[in-house]
Amino acid sequence: MTDRIEKTIELKAPVSRVWRALTDHHEFGTWFRVRLDGPFVPGEVSRGQITNPGYEHVRWEAVVQKIEPERLFSFTWHPYAIDPNQDYSGEPPTLVEFTLHSIPTGTLLRVVESGFDKLPSKRRLEAFRMNDSGWGEEIQNIARHVEHGS
Amino acid sequence: MSNTVHSPLDALKTRASVFAALGDETRLSVLTKLCNGQPQSISRLTAGTNLSRQAVTKHLRVLANAGVVRAVRSGRESLFELEPRPIEEVRNYLDQVSKQWDDALARLKARVED
Repeated sequence: MTDRIEKTIELKAPVSRVWRALTDHHEFGTWFRVRLDGPFVPGEVSRGQITNPGYEHVRWEAVVQKIEPERLFSFTWHPYAIDPNQDYSGEPPTLVEFTLHSIPTGTLLRVVESGFDKLPSKRRLEAFRMNDSGWGEEIQNIARHVEHGS
Repeated sequence: MSNTVHSPLDALKTRASVFAALGDETRLSVLTKLCNGQPQSISRLTAGTNLSRQAVTKHLRVLANAGVVRAVRSGRESLFELEPRPIEEVRNYLDQVSKQWDDALARLKARVED
């Protein structure tokens, strides 16, 4: 069982265009806000510098997992830095997978970030739904973002 | 969100231990019992479960180390109560990771649809 963050977005652009924006390291850098040292190569470490305002001192380091043309691109990394003053390199890495599907209007892109595996699963959190304390609501909000995989 | 001053390393350890503490079905069931906000004794937390008192004590220790429950004394007895703040912090963290993705994907969309 894996806990994950999942996002699906419809893009009005052909799969080939989206694929290029994901896997060309210059293009990836523009929207992801990272300046990469070199192209993505499966099995190799990708290094660079985050360019997101406020986080410019944060290093980007990921290990490219799979590059299956126009279908799947994945890497492991340390989840998005939230606090610019914090060193996240000691955190357990998560897996990010981009999956592309051709649809009549363009491309359906799914992003799954998994490996927050110490998080409680949505199913277990159901237990808290029974109580009406504010705290119960808080913990359910965690579940909102965490879909658990099979 | 929190008034506690953490060093970055402390914050990291805290979050990791909260994740670990919550990632266990038995501990979650113990926490559920504390959700009503009333401090409870180990005996009361053990009642109605098939867990031994020792097992419940062990789980309470993990939860206390993660900062999500704390011991309070009532006369000669130790009671345990919920400390919701670390769990709120974990929620806050996930909210922000999720928002970073939303922002990045919006930029991707703008780029490829241009």
